[in-house]
Amino acid sequence: MNALLMSRRDAVTLAIFALVVLTMPVWLQPFGAAYPGLMQKFAIYAIFAIGFNILFGLTGYLSFGHAAFLGVGSYTAVWSFKLLTMDALPAIAFAIILSGLLAVVIGYLSLRRSGIYFSILTLAFAQMCYNLAYSVLTPITNGETSLQLNLRDPRIIDSALAPRPAGLPSAGLFGHTFTGLEGFYFCAAALLIAFFIAQKIFASPFGMMLRGIKSNQTRMNYTGFNTRPYALSAFVISGMYAGLAGALLAVTDPLAGAERMQWTASGEVVLMTILGGVGTLIGPVLGAWIIKYFENIFSAFNEQIVSRFFDFLPAGAHEVVTAVASKFVGEGWNLTLGLVFVLIVVFLPGGIMEGVRRIAHLFDKSRRAPKAPAKLSTQPAE
Amino acid sequence: MDAILAQLLNGLDKGGAYALIALGLTLVFGTLGVVNFAHGALFMLGAFCAVAFRQLITMETTTVDPGQLSPWGAPLEIKTPLAQTWFGDFGAVMIEYSVPLSIVLAIPVMLIIGIAMERGIIKHFYKRSHAEQILVTFGLAIVAQEVIKAIFGPNPISQPMPTSLRGAADVGLWLGMGPNVLTYPWWRLIYFVFSAAIIAAVFAFLRFTTFGMVVRAGMADRETVGLLGINIGHRFTIMFGLAAVVAGLAGVMYTPLVPPNYHLGMDFLVLSFVVVVVGGMGSLPGAVAAGFLLGILQSFASMAQVKGLIPGIDQIIIYLTAVIILLVRPRGLIGRRGMMES
Repeated sequence: MNALLMSRRDAVTLAIFALVVLTMPVWLQPFGAAYPGLMQKFAIYAIFAIGFNILFGLTGYLSFGHAAFLGVGSYTAVWSFKLLTMDALPAIAFAIILSGLLAVVIGYLSLRRSGIYFSILTLAFAQMCYNLAYSVLTPITNGETSLQLNLRDPRIIDSALAPRPAGLPSAGLFGHTFTGLEGFYFCAAALLIAFFIAQKIFASPFGMMLRGIKSNQTRMNYTGFNTRPYALSAFVISGMYAGLAGALLAVTDPLAGAERMQWTASGEVVLMTILGGVGTLIGPVLGAWIIKYFENIFSAFNEQIVSRFFDFLPAGAHEVVTAVASKFVGEGWNLTLGLVFVLIVVFLPGGIMEGVRRIAHLFDKSRRAPKAPAKLSTQPAE
Repeated sequence: MDAILAQLLNGLDKGGAYALIALGLTLVFGTLGVVNFAHGALFMLGAFCAVAFRQLITMETTTVDPGQLSPWGAPLEIKTPLAQTWFGDFGAVMIEYSVPLSIVLAIPVMLIIGIAMERGIIKHFYKRSHAEQILVTFGLAIVAQEVIKAIFGPNPISQPMPTSLRGAADVGLWLGMGPNVLTYPWWRLIYFVFSAAIIAAVFAFLRFTTFGMVVRAGMADRETVGLLGINIGHRFTIMFGLAAVVAGLAGVMYTPLVPPNYHLGMDFLVLSFVVVVVGGMGSLPGAVAAGFLLGILQSFASMAQVKGLIPGIDQIIIYLTAVIILLVRPRGLIGRRGMMES
């Protein structure tokens, strides 16, 4: 990486991150998660979480309506597939533009208030989008049946270039259709670009400004800065990230349903970011991976597997432990997620990244003379 | 005229539920300063108190009577609910009126849940930011609904209302109109009266008891009350329990109207936050007024004529109201000046 483009530390982080992402099919093998469908989700939700973190982590504005942008991204991408071409790039471009525009509108209005009012405003806008997608907008969103590709779609550009294939096409790049791991590598490339941009934002004066908004907006205002344009740009950028993630969801599976916009989906990205570590670069990615991994793997567990796992216990205890533990896996994995989340918020507000830092700090102290610990501030703004 | 009156009535029962939940939310916010995203879950837990109570008293014992034969020749199985074995005919009445009776179960259960929640987790969050309060209570809400899902399953469990209350009241007749011009289901009418009674009780409790007076003083100026030697934290804990009871009772009585499932609370939570904001954060009369107002607004928006005018308005009216209120008058309709007005 060019030394002029970014600091050495950032370049190293990016290189390691790229290595980790690109070798996913290898190192996920022992975890039983190396199939394309899941790895694509890892990449996509990591993008979503990184984008959310640009808003929440840097400015401290807690949005509870980010899923709306994800949903709009998905719908736009599917419409681009239906009307124009199965190529992924225009779909992504349209999705980013449209979700960005929506973010300008919602952000402009919501950012007039802060704290809990901001959360409720974003929540209200997202619920409006969701309810409309289910009711009056059904000609566009296809309501409950979700928007899908159709044999009668015009697909203007594609049909002008080549004869129509039989059956439903799937998304691709420059006439080449994604098969096998290609879809994943496409998402991974998008993730790396998204991560790189986030790094640049974190290191830039703009990022500093956003951190200033988080730590003390009043003081920023008194210094003569008008903070609202900065906060709005952060909001729009994170909305575009969500749009990109939504478009990628549609690229990997050309189907868009309104439930993607529901506020539980917005809650999920909040969980990911908090779990990994708010305001850090890697944290949200880790959070997204962990949640998506356990959602897929944990929820596939059933009572037999649990029972086998506790085989070493004596007969009576075995039944009891199995019965209790099986409530936490399979269908009930959300319970585990909720509990872990509560514990994280109570004991480790900085998420996994703070935990890692604390452990690293312990080792550091035992090796060298004790230094004053760096103050880790993770307090979001009011 | 009667169409408008009918919509007005339709809005009242939903408005009652909104008002009760929003009242509890505001109590918690006004006393403890905590934004409680788990309040909808308390409503849901209340609803499941009713479910649990009914399941408890309708547990059956099966006896095989070899003397009697079913139409296909097997010995007849006679199922008797436990309540009937224990209490005889009174047991049958209990099953009939299981929903209102489960209030008896719901009050202590909700009080304990509320106090445990406050003492266990929420008290550690007074000094932390609103964002963190939202996060931790959101986590609690997930836990609560998943526990309920693990116990009662994911499907809605319908609760029958007492047979005698199943029909509709001929409200038009009372108002001097012709018969059957304006009818209104009995249970909805009861729900409205019930919520009005609970609201009145809460207000009376705050207004006319010494305890309520101390709590009100604490809401206005916590520090001074503490300096006077009153353990205000202790009372606020009880107020949290009380808010949980109010939400729970709202849930219990709502079960015959909508069969409860585990995410019932989440559906109501978003709406009730909107109600609180519209009424004014921290204002109890505001929460009640806004609850009924939004309930009525919603029922008017779902009239065919209105929907014809603005399509989709019934889906978004509540959120739209909230957005407008927040942008134009952030302290809400009756909110105190300067309350969260940043």
